This record gives sequence, C-alpha cells and structure tokens, in this order.
Amino acid sequence: MDKVLRDEKMVVRVSINGTVVEDTVEPRKLLSDFLRENCGLTGTHVGCEHGVCGACTVRVNGKAIRSCLMFAVQADGSEIVTVEGLAAEGRMHPLQQAFSECHALQCGFCTPGILMSSVELLEQAHVPDRHEIIEMLSGHLCRCTGYKGIVDAIEKVVGDKSQ
Amino acid sequence: MKPAPFDYYRPSTLEETLQLLTEFEEEAKIIAGGQSFIPILNMRLSEPGVLVDINQLSDLEYITVEDGYLKIGALTRQRTLELSSLVQQHVPLLSEALPFIGHLQTRNRGTVGGSLVHADPSAEIPLALSVLNAEVVLRSTEEIRTVEIGDFFLTYLTANILPHELLTEIRIPSANILPGYAFVEFSRRHGDFAIVAVASQLAADQDGRIHSGRLALGGIDAVPVVADDAINILIGRQPTDELINQALELALEDADPDDDLHASREYRLQLARVLAKRALLTAYERALKRR
Repeated sequence: MDKVLRDEKMVVRVSINGTVVEDTVEPRKLLSDFLRENCGLTGTHVGCEHGVCGACTVRVNGKAIRSCLMFAVQADGSEIVTVEGLAAEGRMHPLQQAFSECHALQCGFCTPGILMSSVELLEQAHVPDRHEIIEMLSGHLCRCTGYKGIVDAIEKVVGDKSQ
Repeated sequence: MKPAPFDYYRPSTLEETLQLLTEFEEEAKIIAGGQSFIPILNMRLSEPGVLVDINQLSDLEYITVEDGYLKIGALTRQRTLELSSLVQQHVPLLSEALPFIGHLQTRNRGTVGGSLVHADPSAEIPLALSVLNAEVVLRSTEEIRTVEIGDFFLTYLTANILPHELLTEIRIPSANILPGYAFVEFSRRHGDFAIVAVASQLAADQDGRIHSGRLALGGIDAVPVVADDAINILIGRQPTDELINQALELALEDADPDDDLHASREYRLQLARVLAKRALLTAYERALKRR
C-alpha cells in the first residue's frame, strides 16, 4: 500500500511520449498541472478544470482522458501521450496536417485535446462514420470553428486510412 | 493545483481498503474514476482529509454471467461496459443507456460503482439498474450485505451506504431482464445531465398483451421513480394511446420535480409524459419482435 501525507510528496514515474520522466509531487497535484509545470509540456491546455471543456485531454495507456480529472500520482507507472508526441521526426501527424488543410482551428486552444481524442478514434478496429466523429467531439468545446472544419479534417484522415 | 490538501492512501487489496475505511470512517472518501468527484474537489465543494484510491483493485473490474446473474465489478469502467458484447447480448437496455453518460473521454475513466454511490437523480446507470431491479453488494470488514436497488437511493446525492462500506459488485438477476426494452433521454446538448430520462422493460404474450413490465423515470424526483402502479394498468392488455396516458398520469401523480436553471417543474412533467410514452411504445415493439 502506498501512503502519502498531505505535506509530503510522492515519487511519480511515467513515460511521456516515449521518454521516462520522474518527479516528486503533492498527492493533490492534477495530471494537467504536472504535465505543464513539472514536465514543461504546455501543449496540454487547461480550460475549465472540471471536465467539461476537453482542452486538457491526453492519452493514458491508450485511452483519451481528461488530465484535469486525474491526479498525477494516479498516473504513476502509466504511458502518457500528449499533443507533443504526435509529430514524428519533424513531420506532422496526418491529423495535424488535415486540421491545417481543413481550417479546423482558429485560436487553437481546444485543438490539442481534440487531436488526442481523435487519435484514439482512428485506432479503433472499425472505420468511424460522421455520426461517431460528432459524438466523440461532443466531449470538446470549440468556440471558433463551428466544428465543421474539425469534422471534415477527421473524416479526411479516416477516408485516407480506409482506402 | 486546486483541491485542498489530503492524505492519500493507495491500497492494493480489498482487505487493506476495508481496514482504511474502518479506521477513518467519515474522514475518508473513496476515489475510483473521479469523474464526478474530482470536479467537486477542484471547486472545493468538498475537502476530505483522507482519499482512499481504489484504482489498484483490479479484482473489482469484471463482467460475468453466473448463478443466474449478470455480475459487474464496481470498478468496471463505463466505457468497458458500453463496449461489452456480454452486456449487449444479455442486457441491451444497459448498452442503450451507456452512451448518454457524459462523454467518451469521461466514460473511459468513470466507473459503474462510482456512478451508483454518487446517486445523482438524473444519472443513467442508477436509472437503468432501477428498471432492472438490480442488487448491489456492499462490503465492510464486518459483513457483506446485499441491497436491492429500490432501497439504495435515499435522496439527492445520498445512497444507502455507510462510511466504512465499499460497493464491490452490481448484480442483475437474469430473471428480471425482459425482452422489450428502451432507454430514452432528453438533454440540451449530448453529454449534458439529463433533464428527464426514462427506462422501460416489457414482455408480451402471443396475442400482444403485456404480461410483465417495469418503468423508471429519472430527473423528476430526488431518486429514480419506479412506477409499478402504472405498469399494473397495462398488464393483460394491449397498450393503446388512452391506456398509456392513463398509466402515465398515475406514474407522475406523486412526482415532485424541482424548478431549476435547466427546466421548470411543468416542463419536466410534460417531458416525462412524452418520453415515457416513447419508451413504453419502443419497448412494446421490441417485445413483440422478440417474443
């Protein structure tokens, strides 16, 4: 059993975008704050801090989750992918490319979270239809685009993948 | 960093967990998926001194069919339940209800047990399990007790569970699962809390007469409302518009919805009538097909 008193810190060891990171944190530190403050990964945005807006979505052990609704100590031992982990060898992920081409972002605040949920959707066994994409997007607030460009971008990548 | 400071315990066995709950009683709060609880902590609506994190208890993540029950471990994630072929096959009502809960991203982490003990009157899992007449298993260091779902929800956000108890399992008796089913819900946007939600189960005989059924309504009172009197009107008959209206008047007779930001009392009652009728008719159609 692990036990950390309120004024103590606990060692957290996680793999983030393939790199092992170790740090000590108070048990009340949210994963979103851990990523930004301890790891310097500010691509994960913090909006509402109570699970509504979806901006802070990252993948923990392959699942898209709200990093503001999880404590860093709870992520101990897990594999995390943030938006910084999408591009490989200086080349954008196909989703990032499609978001650019389809004008799927304006201010970009919500974009990292949407990308992380979309990557999970793309890895499903079956090809998601437009309805499924819209349902997934219901977990993300975007106040700029009206969502059309976002749905188009995801559909474009889905289409390319299924060919 | 927004939550108030707390002592954090992460037990690795059920025994350790139950001992911690016995030791700390009211001072401790259990954290599982945290999808309702962490917002409460972030906004400091609650400042528990001790958090007991049960996420290591992987023994409590399972879905099985045995001894005439579909059994669900309390720590089973909502998304796992939603995608389970066992659930789709045995309790399609649950599979129909699950997508209404929050969003895919919160269902990935939110647990079945957590949704039950949180006891939100508009929540989907409590409503679906009410219409299925499920049982929950509560454990402490001293005893194991089984509570029928009808006795589990006491009032808004308050369930029949003691501070030193842990909800470990949900059991749906196979005998309670009827062939016709429907789960319908209305909210302003997908994923929002339901304004009203309705779950129904029906079985019909060869002549299309209803021979058993259940109806439960959420969002119109402090706990899910199970309308057995309304169903009794329908028993032995084929449902007509008039008969259903009559049944629903009875179902809503004692309902006491609040006026709030989202909807007025009258609006909720009218919505309940419309959705309950829709749920009954859908369940009836499916009962005829699967009889």
